[in-house]
Amino acid sequence: MSARAIRIAVFVAAALALALFPLVGGKFGVDFVTKMMVFAIFALSLELLVGQAGLVCFGQAAFFGIAAYATVLATPRTGAASVWWLLPAALGASGLFALFMGALSIRTRGVYFIMVTLAFSQMAYYVAHDTPLGGGTDGIYLDYTPALGIAGTPLLDLGKPWPFYYFVLAMLVAVFVFLGAILRSRFGHALAGIRVNEQRMRAAGFSTYPYKLAAFVLSGLVAGLAGFLFAVKDGFVNPELMGWNVSGTVLMMIILGGIGHLRGAVIGAFAFSLLEEFFKLDSVFGDFAKHWHLGVGLAIIACVAAMPHGIAGGRLRRATASNTEDAEVHRGKP
Amino acid sequence: MKRSIIALAFAVLLFPLQSMGQAKLKVGLMLPYSGTYAALGDAIEKGFRLYLAEQGGRIAGREVEFVKLDDESDPAKATDNANKLVKRDNVDVLVGTVHSGVAMAMAKVAKDNGTLLIIPNAGAVAVTGPMCAENIFRSSFSNWQPGYAMGEVAAKRGAKKVVTITWKYAAGDESVGGFKESFEKAGGQVVKELSLPFPNVEFQPLLTEIAAIKPDAVYTFFAGGGAVKFVKDYAAAGLKDKIPLYGAGFITDGTLEAQGADAQGLLTTLHYGDGLDVPKDKTFRAAYAKAYGAQPDVYAVQGYDAAQMLAIGLNAAGGDVSKKAEIAKAIVAAKIDSPRGTFTIGANHNPVQDMYLRQVVGKDNKVIGVATPALADPGRGCKM
Amino acid sequence: MDLATFLVQCLNALQYGLLLFLVASGLTLIFGVMGVINLAHGSFYMLGAYMAYALAPAFANLGGLGFFATLAAGVVLAVVFGYLLEWAFFSFLYERDHLQQVLMTYGLILVFEELRSLAMGDDVHGVAAPAWLSGSIPLGTLMAYPVYRLFISGVCVLLALGLYAVISRTRLGMMIRAGASNREMVSSLGVDVRQLFRVMFAAGVALAALAGMLAAPVSSVYPGMGNQVLIICFVVVVIGGIGSIRGALAAALLVGAVDTFGKVFFPQAAGVLVYVLMALVLLWRPGGLFKAT
Repeated sequence: MSARAIRIAVFVAAALALALFPLVGGKFGVDFVTKMMVFAIFALSLELLVGQAGLVCFGQAAFFGIAAYATVLATPRTGAASVWWLLPAALGASGLFALFMGALSIRTRGVYFIMVTLAFSQMAYYVAHDTPLGGGTDGIYLDYTPALGIAGTPLLDLGKPWPFYYFVLAMLVAVFVFLGAILRSRFGHALAGIRVNEQRMRAAGFSTYPYKLAAFVLSGLVAGLAGFLFAVKDGFVNPELMGWNVSGTVLMMIILGGIGHLRGAVIGAFAFSLLEEFFKLDSVFGDFAKHWHLGVGLAIIACVAAMPHGIAGGRLRRATASNTEDAEVHRGKP
Repeated sequence: MKRSIIALAFAVLLFPLQSMGQAKLKVGLMLPYSGTYAALGDAIEKGFRLYLAEQGGRIAGREVEFVKLDDESDPAKATDNANKLVKRDNVDVLVGTVHSGVAMAMAKVAKDNGTLLIIPNAGAVAVTGPMCAENIFRSSFSNWQPGYAMGEVAAKRGAKKVVTITWKYAAGDESVGGFKESFEKAGGQVVKELSLPFPNVEFQPLLTEIAAIKPDAVYTFFAGGGAVKFVKDYAAAGLKDKIPLYGAGFITDGTLEAQGADAQGLLTTLHYGDGLDVPKDKTFRAAYAKAYGAQPDVYAVQGYDAAQMLAIGLNAAGGDVSKKAEIAKAIVAAKIDSPRGTFTIGANHNPVQDMYLRQVVGKDNKVIGVATPALADPGRGCKM
Repeated sequence: MDLATFLVQCLNALQYGLLLFLVASGLTLIFGVMGVINLAHGSFYMLGAYMAYALAPAFANLGGLGFFATLAAGVVLAVVFGYLLEWAFFSFLYERDHLQQVLMTYGLILVFEELRSLAMGDDVHGVAAPAWLSGSIPLGTLMAYPVYRLFISGVCVLLALGLYAVISRTRLGMMIRAGASNREMVSSLGVDVRQLFRVMFAAGVALAALAGMLAAPVSSVYPGMGNQVLIICFVVVVIGGIGSIRGALAAALLVGAVDTFGKVFFPQAAGVLVYVLMALVLLWRPGGLFKAT
């Protein structure tokens, strides 16, 4: 089999495994895998920026949180909203913020880009945290689960664990396939070119800014989808969803999984959540389970030492290295 | 590598299922075991276990099994964590937590699933306000209570113009709200409400503001490391002897060793303190010291009373957690014999309790009187 | 606001800014010269604060000198610790993708925080300032200014001057400056870059730990204290320009001023102002205020 055929086979097998999982997973299993899939979508959004466009964004939580807040705030007080307009509204909010944030921050490079994106996401965080708009620090409840139906006939009850599980799974598969197609397109090749050597692209007469901005907005939309799903799943949003440690966590997921391919993001999201849960198990660690951070920390260090390219491995990558070199070049200039 | 992930998945998803029992009463302790509030979570658990030990390890005839979970005081993970206890571990009762935002998420999960929830600390007003429910109880206080009691004290002590200072977050706002309500009712005036972003501890600019305004007194709500630093900075700025500092009790609870001389003489209000003339408190303290080799604090009392409330409810329901109406009826009707003194549970399921006025003497929060007797949280927005 | 109050607020801003500089200076050195995004920097600050708490009893019988003995012992320990840490965890990372370093230092944060919990417990502890520094100087009729805070500011100024002298006047400083602008060139000129990095890293750890030790008497020591300074340090370093000591000083003072006056004039927006400042500075000068010295 060709490498591509193997990849497709693995993808189909993984999707099938996830589709069959609820039959054996139990209530908690379904809940837990739903959460991991939401984070996988979130991680895919960041992988598009970091791994494919070479833009290390440290403010991804802003898109996630803004869409989650938009979902709650746009839901009327009187009854359920339809997914058909609530989801676009949530994505619109995160997409608009991504457009604004991207338009300004793409002017900077390397570590400076990391910090500007952090700054913008912290601004969003403080708006939710310090103003009564979204319930302040305690957060705000989603009173009605959005309804999914066609012409008045309900299709899926998203408030129930099983239907919601399949809804999230369908979204994950769709995002994965969609991003895969994007990366194979002309747009994807342009992004790869920018990542590897932006100077050369520009020297070749290529305007890189619109491509980077488009990638940024696309990433914001996908992260917004994850935020929408998260709000529906939990029924409760809190400013901490936009905190820098959420941005950090999702970054850790994709680095752990391995940067440079979409599967790394999914594997990383799953591995990270499982790792945390594993070290929290009373049945394995007894009383020491309350020091689970220690286990997770050591496991992460071991991963870095043993797996230079993340769990999913893959081609040797210089994406971020070249970006930092850019920064150094920049710094060298007066 | 993929294989090890799958193995990990099996371990995580299937291991806990083995420990599923039927007859035992499963208590899910969702508390902070790491981070800033770890010491509080520990004290709550110890208090809870102490009551259980006094009952021979059984509640309503059922042996108790604990499932512990570290909530990390992170609201972003709170719903998942609470769901894990309810859905994976099938706990009969949820007990937790310290952080208000996390407690809000737990209340939602408890309401949706009908699981009995007892909150042993978090004072978020909403939980016994708009979010109140038949199966949600609190064994501690609402943020409003200590503030309200202190407002009366400040007015009685002759303060007319007061400045308040707190972190800009819900607990601080609610505490200041309570203070303002009673203080202005008594004719006083809050001339300025100062705040700083949580958990920023650079107080100096605001202390300078206070010095410039020269109020009759200052009311404050801080906890933990911030409380320590605020009290020390207040004294170092030379304000301590000139402008009286009144606070919700948390400013000097569990922090006196670190605050040292700078806290001496401070007046605070809380539902517990040292040197209470309550027989139950004396036996409780002796038993706690014997079991753990340390003195209990207010958090341990709240944990102890959470266990007590659970026992009262379940005894009335014959150990059946599904009989929520009977459980609620029994708890609301009970006089709870707490180390803090006898208290009852109000209609919104928040304690109706004496708020003590306490003064820092040495390493004790010495109770010097009752600020407001049998104070009930108004439970605004609670429809039950 | 009257003039006296305004002047005191300026002093507050200056004092806070200098403390920020102290913590951020170590980060900018490690960041600028070694190119390592070290998330564990806050942990070194925490390590210092806990050392001040744990070591103080050992030197208590030295009286007034005990404080300086604690500082000296703490700095020596931090240097040794930093040196070993670089050897064990960082030396093999330089060839790797930079994000791998981020992941590694994130793992280290978790490990340090739990080790702290295991070794020292989770309670809040106070650290006493030495008696001869614990008074206050009256300013005007009501306000008094704590002597210890002025002492910290003094130490920070001395340290800033010292760092400036080392970097601009000594051979080590020359290598640091060269390393910051062109690593390959330095190593091809026969400088042992490995050793240089190890020393730099140890110095960075020692600076953070020293900041923690000095801040301990005013901030007390408590779980999670390291993470609180981490982000603000990165903000300072980036505003100033990575690797620039001068920039870090300027940025720290700027952040101190914005934070102080923000709290007074715009309490509703106090949290966000620092980030607005960072965004504005970087949009105006995408490489920070100062390029590396």
